[in-house]
Parts: sequence; C-alpha cells; structure tokens
Amino acid sequence: MIYRLVWENLKHRPVRTLLSAIFIGVQVTLILTIVGLSDGTFGEMQERSRGTGADIVIRPPNSTVIQFTGNMMHGKELVAKVRQQPHVKIATGVLVQGIGNFQSISGIDLADFKAMNGGFTYIEGGPFQHPNDLMIDANFARFRKLHVGEPLDLGNGFNWNICAVVEPGKLSQLFAQLQPLQEMYSATNQVSAVYVQVDDPANIPAVKDQLQKLLDDYVILTMQQLLDMISVDNVPLVKGFTNVVIGISLVVGFLVVLLTMYTAVLERTREIGILKALGASPGYVLGVLLREAVLLAVIGTVAGIAMTYGSKWLLHFVLPPMLTEIAVPRWWPIALAISLVGGVLGAIYPGVKAARQDAIEALSYD
Amino acid sequence: MIEIHGLTKVYETGEVPVHALRGVDLRVAKGEFVAVVGPSGSGKSTLFHILGGLTPPTSGGVFINGRDLLRMSDLERTELRKTHVGFVFQKYNLLPTLTAEENIEIARDIAGRSSQPLDKDFQEILQHLHITGRMHHKPRALSGGEQQRVAIARAIVNRPALLLADEPTGNLDTENSEAVLTILRDLNARLNQTILMITHNPEAAAYAHRTVRMRDGRIVDESLPGASPHDTNRPKIGG
Repeated sequence: MIYRLVWENLKHRPVRTLLSAIFIGVQVTLILTIVGLSDGTFGEMQERSRGTGADIVIRPPNSTVIQFTGNMMHGKELVAKVRQQPHVKIATGVLVQGIGNFQSISGIDLADFKAMNGGFTYIEGGPFQHPNDLMIDANFARFRKLHVGEPLDLGNGFNWNICAVVEPGKLSQLFAQLQPLQEMYSATNQVSAVYVQVDDPANIPAVKDQLQKLLDDYVILTMQQLLDMISVDNVPLVKGFTNVVIGISLVVGFLVVLLTMYTAVLERTREIGILKALGASPGYVLGVLLREAVLLAVIGTVAGIAMTYGSKWLLHFVLPPMLTEIAVPRWWPIALAISLVGGVLGAIYPGVKAARQDAIEALSYD
Repeated sequence: MIEIHGLTKVYETGEVPVHALRGVDLRVAKGEFVAVVGPSGSGKSTLFHILGGLTPPTSGGVFINGRDLLRMSDLERTELRKTHVGFVFQKYNLLPTLTAEENIEIARDIAGRSSQPLDKDFQEILQHLHITGRMHHKPRALSGGEQQRVAIARAIVNRPALLLADEPTGNLDTENSEAVLTILRDLNARLNQTILMITHNPEAAAYAHRTVRMRDGRIVDESLPGASPHDTNRPKIGG
C-alpha cells in the first residue's frame, strides 16, 4: 500500500515529477555520454591497433603509448635490423605526424602494410599514385563529406589529394606514403613506431625479449600489452574528467531531489499530519519520502539511459571522427547507484523534517 | 475504558504559558457515546488531542484501557494511535491522492494488518455506510457526506478501542449531518464502539448517551439525555 501512496504522490504533480526525472536523467546522460565517449574512442583506438596485424610494436625510448610523441632516427636501418631477427616475418616503420585536434596522418609503406594485414578495403579510389595522395577512412570521409579526387587542406600547408576512401579499423584514419610524409615534415628517415609480425604467435615473447636485448632502452610491447595500455585507466586526464562529471552529477541529483522533496513536504503538510494521526511512525513517514526519492531516481535513470541514445544519435553528426560514442550498459547500474545515492541523500532532510512534524500543527495546516 | 483524573495541559509556546486544561476529571465506560461541548477555547480540542495521543498531557492521570498516557513516549503514543484510537475530523482528512478504498487500506497498512482480508463485519459496515459503490473514487470525486463516511470507515477499520470525532458534522449540510450522526450512533450500538465526539452543536450532542460541557479548561457540567443510549428516536439536526 505504501508503494501505491508513493506512486500516487508522484502522479499527483506530474509536471514536477517529470521535470525532476528529466534533471536526474540529464546527469545520467552526462555520465553515460562521457563514459561512452571515452570507452568508444579508446575501443576504436584498440581496434585500429589490432587492425595493423602486428604482434609487437617498437617505440622510441621514453615515449608515451597513447600519444605518438617522439620519433626514431634511422628508420630504414632500424626496420632492416629488426627484420633480420629470427622468427620476424614482417617489420614496417610508420611515421605518425600530428596535425592538431588530436588528429594525425600515418605515413606507411603500403606494400609492407598489405603484407602484414591484408591491406585496405577500398570503398572509393585506390592505392597512392602521387606524393601528396592521402587515403582517408570512411568515418573521416563521412564527417568531412569528402570523396576521391577532392583536395583537402588539413591546415598544415600541404595540399592533399584524396586518392582513396577505405574501410576504418586499421592503424589510423589518414594515411600518406611514408617517404613523402617524412620529407614534408623534415623527418627524413624517421619513424614513430615499428610494427612487427612474427612467424608464429607462440614466438611473440621470445622475439620481444630478443628485440629488447637488441634495442635496449626502446619501448617494446606485445600487441596485447599495447591494447591493455590503451585504456581510460591509463589516461589520468580522462579518468579525472569522468570523476568530476560523476561528482557534479551526484550534487545535481542531490539538489534536484532535495528541492523536489522539500516542496513536496511543504505542500503535503496536512497529508503528513493525517498519516501521523493514523499511527504512522516517523520511520513510516520517512520511508514514504525515501521511496519517492528512490522511484524518482529510477525513473530519472531510465529517462537518462533513453536520452543517452538520443545524444549518441545527435553527437554522431557533431563529433569529430576520431571520437566515437558507444552504449555502455555496464555503466547503467553505476549511473543508477549514483542517482540513488544523490536522491536518497537529497530526501533525508525533507524526510526528517516530515517525520518530525507535529501532527496537530500539520493537521491544522491549510 | 477511559479514566481521566486531574488532567492538565499547559502550552509553553510563547512567553506566557497557556493553561488549556486545568484539571479535568472524566470517566467514559466501554460502549459509551459521549459528546463534549463547549465554546472555543474551552479545552475540548486539547482533550481530544491528548486522548488521541497527538500530544502528551502535562500532569494528571489519563488511562485508556488501563494504559497510562502520561507515561507514554512519543513512539508509544504513535502505537496508541495505530491500534487503540480512530479519528474522524471535521475536514474529513482523507489523503487526496488515494481512492476511498486506498484511504481505508492505508490505515490497515500502517497498523500492519494489510495482509489480513477485510472481515465480514466490516464489509457489512461498508454496506451500511452506503459507500461500496464509491470505493474507487478519489476524495475530490466524493461529496462531503461520502468523504465523511469514508473517514468513519477508515477510523474503525482497525477496530479501535476509542473513536474520537472532532466536529464530524461541522462541514456538512443538515441531511448529511443527520446521516453521519446516525451512523455514529449505529456503530456505537452495533459494535459497542466507544465514541467521544466534540461538537458545538447541542442537537448533534443529543445523539450521544451523555453530554459533557467544558469551559476554561474544566468540565463544568454533565447531562444525560432522557432517552436510553441506544434509542433511535433522537432529535433531528437542524430540525
């Protein structure tokens, strides 16, 4: 019966209930969007790394994994040295050149790249023909509304010509030929990473050890190690940002429920008096308010989850192509828990106020 | 059933204490229907609130079925309201968001009896109250008389030892007032329900077995009507 009362109370003020649920829903959407964006973006980065077909990645000493900072000199010689190692099937150098806005062009040796992972699937156009040819993946093409044959200014002073639109999921979104890119950026014979494929997956650890001995202080990772490192947990900025959003959401949920329940308690003073006259204990009255807050939090969370799909659809048109948002159902219970904590905390003060209300005064309230 | 000795109540709300009750002595037997009359400020509402466990007495002895209200904690008085007392108010005081049936059900829920089915006697009383066809309506869809009859049903659903009615006809027209008073009198007869009714109206008081008159926080007069307690030939309200 108490649940009936709680439900009817919420129904009694539909606009207030709806607005409260939407406010709670917005904070849930905020959390799920931030997490969905970071998970989606990192997931796609993992997918692209996996798509290279490499088993081992070599990076310069003291380099970071997520951002391709720092290049290695003598790229050709380095790749040649790696290729000579036992069990190494293919090794190819890649120059990653940042162009701002978290975007970068990957300079590749197309033949080696094809040998390593089967090459690109061309949606439009074909392989490089000219030094300024650029291949772009379908996501980038869709976002910038680009097609083969069109010029592209990436703000780096070079006039690129789009020679192909390829299926996404391999290393990068923008590809140029290795040597012309090295020359454009005065990085002759420099590479940012060397991708290595071994003859048998069972030999990966041995080859890695062997390369580490050979290249001493270089960062050498198996693909699995690299994938494990491409994670929100390894990017304190993203993790911190997510925590800030969660904190703000908690405060917003708390304030929304506090305000809603406070006005509800003031408005229902007489009803609280009636419940008390019927013998309702302070715990019973508090229970009614807390249940209302819990129900609001649940409705708000469900609304927030639904709104996340709406925001995902909208962001699809707005987000730059390197940012991808995915649905994160594993975060739904966490978002619910955050809403519940905010809601219950927000209901405590109005609930205690209601529970302590003097029955006689409450009954005489008009 | 109810024994009150030297009951006082002092409200210390402002700088000057207000002596609402100044030594009330009253005895109400089980199954008795007592009307309390008196002008505003005579202390009858305070007596109502104390007997209903809504406020503690300041001094004196107040016993309902042997339970001493003076020594009760807040929680014990809550328990008293839940199990021993039923209220009928002038303004009906039904929960506006619930239907008539749910208003009755919530009283059972608070008393921890919601899992038990409604007994046959109570269902007969609902028939007698002529509200069975209005049980799924919310208070705003009920007339004043219907609301008050629902409030009576709610007050007795847990079979309280004492039914307290505060100006139960104060908001009703003559016809509905007579109906409500007749119902109270019939409940008293049918269930041997002890009823204490506060009223300004001497014609309403005439439905009771006995009338107690209060003034300045004291009982100043007690009178017995000529008719027997369960006599149905009572005076008509407004008649």
